Formats: sequence, structure tokens, C-alpha cells
Amino acid sequence: MIQAHFDLSYPGFTLHAELQVFAHGVIALFGPSGSGKTTLLRCIAGLEPTAKGMLQVKDEMWQSGDRFMSVHRRPLGYVFQEASLFPHLSVRQNLEYGLKRIPPEQRRVQLEQAVEWLGLGKLIGRDSPAGLSGGERQRVAIARALLTSPRLLLMDEPLSALDAASKREILPYLERLHGELDIPVIYVSHSLDEVARLADQLVLMEQGRVVASGALNEVLGRLDLPTAHLDDAGAVIEAGVAAHDEEYHLTRLDFSGGSLWVSKVERAIGSVVRARVLARDVSIATAMPHGSSISNILEARIDEIRDEGPDRVNLRMSVGSGKLLLSRITRRSRDQLGLARGMEVFAQVKSVALIA
Amino acid sequence: MDSAFSAADLSAIWLTFKLAAVVTAILLLVGTPIAWWLARTRSWWKGPVGAVVALPIVLPPTVIGFYLLVAMGPSGPLGALTQSLGIGLLPFTFAGLVIASVFYSLPFVVQPLQNAFEAIPERALETAATLRASARDTFFSVVLPLAKPGFLTASVLGFAHTVGEFGVVLMIGGNIPDKTRVVSVQIYDHVEAMEYASAHWLSAGMVVFAFVVLLALYTLNPTGRRRK
Repeated sequence: MIQAHFDLSYPGFTLHAELQVFAHGVIALFGPSGSGKTTLLRCIAGLEPTAKGMLQVKDEMWQSGDRFMSVHRRPLGYVFQEASLFPHLSVRQNLEYGLKRIPPEQRRVQLEQAVEWLGLGKLIGRDSPAGLSGGERQRVAIARALLTSPRLLLMDEPLSALDAASKREILPYLERLHGELDIPVIYVSHSLDEVARLADQLVLMEQGRVVASGALNEVLGRLDLPTAHLDDAGAVIEAGVAAHDEEYHLTRLDFSGGSLWVSKVERAIGSVVRARVLARDVSIATAMPHGSSISNILEARIDEIRDEGPDRVNLRMSVGSGKLLLSRITRRSRDQLGLARGMEVFAQVKSVALIA
Repeated sequence: MDSAFSAADLSAIWLTFKLAAVVTAILLLVGTPIAWWLARTRSWWKGPVGAVVALPIVLPPTVIGFYLLVAMGPSGPLGALTQSLGIGLLPFTFAGLVIASVFYSLPFVVQPLQNAFEAIPERALETAATLRASARDTFFSVVLPLAKPGFLTASVLGFAHTVGEFGVVLMIGGNIPDKTRVVSVQIYDHVEAMEYASAHWLSAGMVVFAFVVLLALYTLNPTGRRRK
């Protein structure tokens, strides 16, 4: 477990945050700008020494009462929003900066591994980081942080300063790390798309407080939270690649609630992928629709209906065991179809975004 | 050329360089922590301390010399201290000259260092800390290399400014051959004695020295091209 609570205030902002998450996988800190995500992350790193509170990472106390472990003694890696490479050092020296400061017996990540994971083979010979692109700089910074063999990796919107192309370039590396490393990652983001791709646990922040936290779908499925009001609110479904249809160029994904057909993906049969289904892309029918162009139709049970503005409602439905879908429909449709909690319906999924 | 500088001139030149070298070394040691503090503090004291450090830029050297003379004199606090330590009195000694010059040239070392330190983003220090570098380690592995141009400027300015001082030297050091008679005082003596040729040699030497030093500074240390 990672347990923390912090109090910090400066003019115009107060952080009063309590955090309790499992110390594995990717933990996303999500919220609007100014909600205190970065400040909480800095508190965890020890970069806000005036913050009062406590922090326990697994069985180690990093801060409690007057005891404050200084930043350079905390076994963590930190990736800032901008890559912050040292301009006076070569790419290799940047990578080795943290590595050299770790006793050899504590090194669990080797230089060659980090170079391979982040595709730095062509960059490591550069004399200076000055000529690197934004995406390349950030990859070097991530590798540099990993080379300290951290027991906790903190990432502060590592993609937000990058253009769309660099983001696309770097995301696969992050997803891969997820699989290769057994280091818990706390990942600050204000992009629901990034969160849906990477996170296992979601911590929702607003105005300096943690308003909800839990497993990704558990939080995404709560209609009372601000995430449900977002235009791109939706659920994430993990599914296995079951079959490819070469003729129509489609791939079938199977999960406990049924099957989804998506545009063909180059993944081996049996591999697990993440699909994101936005609430606005799911419509409801009370009988099995015929003559519809929508081929993805799942049997679902309505668990909750909640007003979303004057004209619309959000629905949460279970599909199969433990999987859920969100749907956003008009209030009139709800009344015309007589939808209510507990009803069995057919969810028509207009589009599925394969995100990982 | 052989006859250009008299033995007294050469002695004054040697003394001047010795003084400037010692003062520059002390100033780098003393000025670095002051400049670091001024660059990083958010304390209310930043303004007053910065102003005190900068005083020698605006005050007539005779004023600084006068107060240092009083302080180092038999009834001044510094004088009482040095006497009780058995060192005796500092005025009209090389050590006294060194102390006075340190005060006088302080802003010329502190200000370039402060500018160099202020140009180093807080983020660089935080990054080093998250990569396991202690504050001391960070100073040597990040701050010093990044502030190198500032150190070069500070050393050159501190050295050159000490070479060029006159008023403070005259007040504190007087005019004792081999002990406190530096080049600027020697030139004054030559002029007083109507030895214009000798005065010319030393003065021209100073002009050339100053030009070469500043030229070296501006060529080695191009400003405006560095990325922050």
C-alpha cells in the first residue's frame, strides 16, 4: 500500500489530500488543472518540504510528523513535465547521473536494458541533449529515472508538453514499461484518454482534495463523480483477441460480457487488449434490434440511471461478470423506453477505441 | 625595456598581482555562499544584504577606507579583536590591505555569481535531488558546471578591480614599499615627483592589462548565446 496525507497551503491554494492506493501498477492522479495533482506528487517526492503530513510506501515511512526523509534519500524516480535534461552533460552522462549514485548491489536496471526499453540506441552517443526532439528528451528522462532502480516512479504529465506525434511515439514505450517493470507508477494526467490507456487505479482530485480513488473501472463507472460529466466519459473493457476476419478487415474481441468487433488489429490471437467505449457511443434498445448497421450489440443490465443536465441521463450497465458500460442518452428516450434500474436491455456500441 | 621599470616599479607590480590573486581567491570562497544565498533566498533580508554588498560600487573608496581604518584601528572592534589575538594592528600591513580589498571588490564577484546562479532553474536542482544527489553533490555536479561562465567573469572582475584600486589602498595601506605600495600608488608617487616617463610606463601597462583582460573575458565568455 501507499498511504499518504498532506496539508499544504499557499496563497490561493490549499492541498488537503488523503491517498490510499495499492503499491502496484499504474496509479493515475486525474483532475482538472489547479486541482493539486502535481502538488500532491511533489509532496510524495519530498519536493515540498513545508508540507505537513505522513507518507508510507509499502513498509517504509518516508515522512511522518517531524521526520522528513530528504528527496535524495527517497528511492524514487521522478519524470517532470519537461524533460529537464542537464544541458552540460552528454546523453550518456545524463543517463548515468542517477545510476552512478546508486550502490552497484542495489542496481536492478542496467544501462543496456533502459536503452533498449526506451529505444535510445541511436541517441546515447549524442554529446549534448540540445538537438533532441521533445519526445526523445522525455524518453531519455524516463530512462534516467528508471536507472536509479526506483521503488516508486512518479510521472508528472510526462506527455503534456509534447505534440500529438511525439505522444503517439512515446505511449507505446510507457505501455511496455507497464508490462516489463514491477515498479508502482504514480502518473499525473488531465487526459482521460491517457488514463484509460495506462492506469490500473484512478485517483480523482478536485480543489486540493482526493474525491475518489479505486480500480480504474470502479471510478470511471461512478455516475456521481465529475468524470461522468466529461464529454469523453466512458468505460474501459479488457478483452482478448479471439479472431481476425480477413475479408472485412475486422478483429473480434471476446470478454465475459460478449464480443466486440473492431477494425483489424495486428495482435496475436489470445493477447489481451484494452478497449475504451465512450458513453456517447452507446445507445439502448429494449428488444434485440434487427436491420441495424451496428454490429456490436451486448446484453446488459441497468444498474444506475442519473440525470446529466436538463436533457440527458447517464446509465451504468453490467455486461458479463464485473464488466461495465456507460451510456448517455436523452431524458426523453429514457422515459419513452421506460428504462429503470434492474432492466435487461441491449446496448448498441457505435464505436470502440482500441487503446492498448 | 630593461630600464622601463625601476626595481621599485617591479616590486609594486609584484605586490599588486599578489594582492589581487589573494583577494580573488578569498572573494571566490566568501562570495560564492553569499551569491548563492542572494540568488535563492526568499527572505526579507535579501534586499538589505544585497544593498550592503553593492555599497562599494557607489561609495567613494575613501569612505570605505576611512571606516575600515577606524574599525581596524586600536579602538575599533576589528582592531580590538586582532590585538587580543596577538596579531597586532592591521592598518598599514599587507593583511590589512587584503581585508580592505575584499570588502571593496566584493560586489564585482558576488553580482556575476548571483546572476549565474539565478539563471540556473530550480528544476535542475530538483532533478538532481530526485536522482539521488545531495545538496553538496548537486552544487559540484550541476551548479558549478552550469555557472562556470559566471565564475570566470567574477574572477576576472574581482582581480582586475583589485588591481585598479587606489583610494582604499591609500587610506588603509599607506605607501610602504614592498608591503603596501601597489602600482596605482606608485604611479601617483611618480607623478608627484614629476617622473612622467615612469608614470607613463606603468599607466600604459595598466591600460594594456585592463584591455587584454576584458577582451579575454568577452571572447571566452560570449553572453546572450547561452540557453537558460
